[in-house]
Amino acid sequence: MALRELKVCLLGDTGVGKSSIVWRFVEDSFDPNINPTIGASFMTKTVQYQNELHKFLIWDTAGQERFRALAPMYYRGSTAAIIAYDITKEETFSTLKNWVKELRQHGPPNIVVAIAGNKCDLNDVREVLEKDAKDYADSINAVFVETSAKNAININELFLEISKRIPSANTSATSGKGFKLRRHSSETEQRCC
Amino acid sequence: MASDVHENVERHPGLTPLSSTLCADPDNQRSESPAPALTQGNEPGAAQDEAMFVHAQSYEDLTGEVEVPLPQSPGPEGNVEISSMEQISEDFSKLSTQLSVSSVQSIEQNPEEDTEMGHEDAASSSSSPEGDGGSRVLDDWYQHQKHVFVLSEAGKPVYSRYRSEEALSSTAGVMMALVSFLESEKNAIRSIHAEAYKVVFVRRSPLVLVSVSHTQQSEQEISQQLLYVYYQIVSLVTGAQLHHLFQQRPSYDLRQLLSGSERITDKLLDSMDVDPSFLLGAVCCHPMIANLRDATTYCLQQAKAKSLVFSILMSNNHLVTLVRKKDQYLHPIDLHLLFNLVTSSSSFREGEAWTPVCLPKFNPSGFFHAHISYLSHKPELCLLMVSTDREDFFTASDCKRKIVERLEKKGTWTSLKEALRNPFYDVTQIGIPELRHFLYKSKSSGLLTSPAMVAPYDTDREKRRLVELYQYLHGRAHCSARPLTTIYHMGAHENILAWVTEAFELYVCFSPLGTKSSAVNGVSRLLRWIRKEEDRLFILSSPTY
Repeated sequence: MALRELKVCLLGDTGVGKSSIVWRFVEDSFDPNINPTIGASFMTKTVQYQNELHKFLIWDTAGQERFRALAPMYYRGSTAAIIAYDITKEETFSTLKNWVKELRQHGPPNIVVAIAGNKCDLNDVREVLEKDAKDYADSINAVFVETSAKNAININELFLEISKRIPSANTSATSGKGFKLRRHSSETEQRCC
Repeated sequence: MASDVHENVERHPGLTPLSSTLCADPDNQRSESPAPALTQGNEPGAAQDEAMFVHAQSYEDLTGEVEVPLPQSPGPEGNVEISSMEQISEDFSKLSTQLSVSSVQSIEQNPEEDTEMGHEDAASSSSSPEGDGGSRVLDDWYQHQKHVFVLSEAGKPVYSRYRSEEALSSTAGVMMALVSFLESEKNAIRSIHAEAYKVVFVRRSPLVLVSVSHTQQSEQEISQQLLYVYYQIVSLVTGAQLHHLFQQRPSYDLRQLLSGSERITDKLLDSMDVDPSFLLGAVCCHPMIANLRDATTYCLQQAKAKSLVFSILMSNNHLVTLVRKKDQYLHPIDLHLLFNLVTSSSSFREGEAWTPVCLPKFNPSGFFHAHISYLSHKPELCLLMVSTDREDFFTASDCKRKIVERLEKKGTWTSLKEALRNPFYDVTQIGIPELRHFLYKSKSSGLLTSPAMVAPYDTDREKRRLVELYQYLHGRAHCSARPLTTIYHMGAHENILAWVTEAFELYVCFSPLGTKSSAVNGVSRLLRWIRKEEDRLFILSSPTY
């Protein structure tokens, strides 16, 4: 079975549940008292998709201001970016829009964007309407799901949707190579800066 | 209850029994029992060729940096003259009796520490109407034993140990007024002593650090802790960025940049209250057979990369081994900050973390990048690799893979895990009946060894009390106005002894039933034991890649 490596990074405001989404996906666990991520955390998980194995190389970035400048290092060369927001906090949705803008300007041209409206178990205190978020996602051609890392809702589906959006296997051999080269060149670019 | 205080061996003939019993063969380079005459580098735990850390006399180095070392302020430290014995005696009895009472009070009054009890107590003692919840919260806030505040020079709050913006806004104003009022006269405020309270100021442009406490800690020690807080902030943002931000905009609000990192500083302050390694400015080693440590070190040495500067293995805040790039030395303070970073957040427990970190003593102007991963949770073993290149995560990750592979292949892993099960040794194995606990620091290597705190120091309160006794001893021994080389105190709960020489520092706690001569005898046996076990208790070599 062919193995493909997919580099995915998580972006979004602090406290929206990026790490919880990753933990649920990778370890199938949830810690209500999770501490804020410091820097970035790297994890992998391999899942089967059709007749391929997809190995997700996941960069879970810190949402705090202090680490803001490091984000390009992680989304550069990513196949996909998951931008998460908290459905109970309007302002995290505005932050999400800024991330989309930044990715459009500085991210890799064909990056798959997935929007995750996390904490959908807290429907009572919702501030962002599902329809508004969905419309916005459609307008930028992004994957959209509402998730709950706590109750394990739509977490695997989120990554499955990303798998679906990745160009199919017959082009992957060449695109995989191209991807690697691109990452290389961007690395040298960075050193010059 | 009695205290013996000796500031100088020559001037106190009463001490001769102590020094003569401890005197060993001075011709032997690594003699069994080091006498005070032995120079640095020969004491038990001294590195064999080259020290692992930047050579630091820790405490003096630290405090020496506090702007102008003013001679003597008329604080309590000043009144050591003839009354010193009585005063020290009195302080000790306070520490061994009243202190435990006051810590009970603070627990009762602090709902964070003991929720149920705190609430009951607050409800019964507070006669104010129920609706007055706000002021009660504020009352609790005032009850904390040691507050720590960080302000910008413009008076903007940067950090407060127990938060509360409400109380802080007015307090910050007063504190800044005090600082700037004295500065306008070209003076610097260092501390205010009011009844049981000490207010200590440390100025580190562009920040002002203030502590308000009612503990027995000396002003010197509190300023050392404030300095640690300053270094902690620098390690988050770099000194260069800190200066740049405030130069551009003196009214800059640093809280935004530091948001989410409060827990790291909180943890540092909490640790400093209970972990004597901060007090001594030394690193605690995990005891381990030398062969096993060497084999582990070898695995780290083999996984090298151009950008790697330090590879460190730690377990429960104890150093297992450290490999460094040739000619690069870590400072104990930087290592403490790294340990504190790792232990303050559960976010490192899964996966591999990659985070910028500034090592302020090594280089305050830039970030290193640390690769942090746990090789095992039970027993705890964490690998830290410090790299100069922020793009080099995958190189570091590859080194980690190699280290794990090599540890497993050589069979080191199983014995290492076994050795890590207990970070402390039992004090009874030393075979000195009255000995309860001790701290021993080798000055030249910057390493510390200490046994487990067993009964009666097995409760949080008693542990805390013992550390506070050590803090007091340390403060007395290092008091800049009148440093003391030996202190012996017989108390109701324990007899304690401090002995500070050129080469080492030793703080010992004996059972209260022992005598002075048994203590002197015990110390000399203890030092012999440390010498005999030194290759297990310390890291005597300083390996490079």
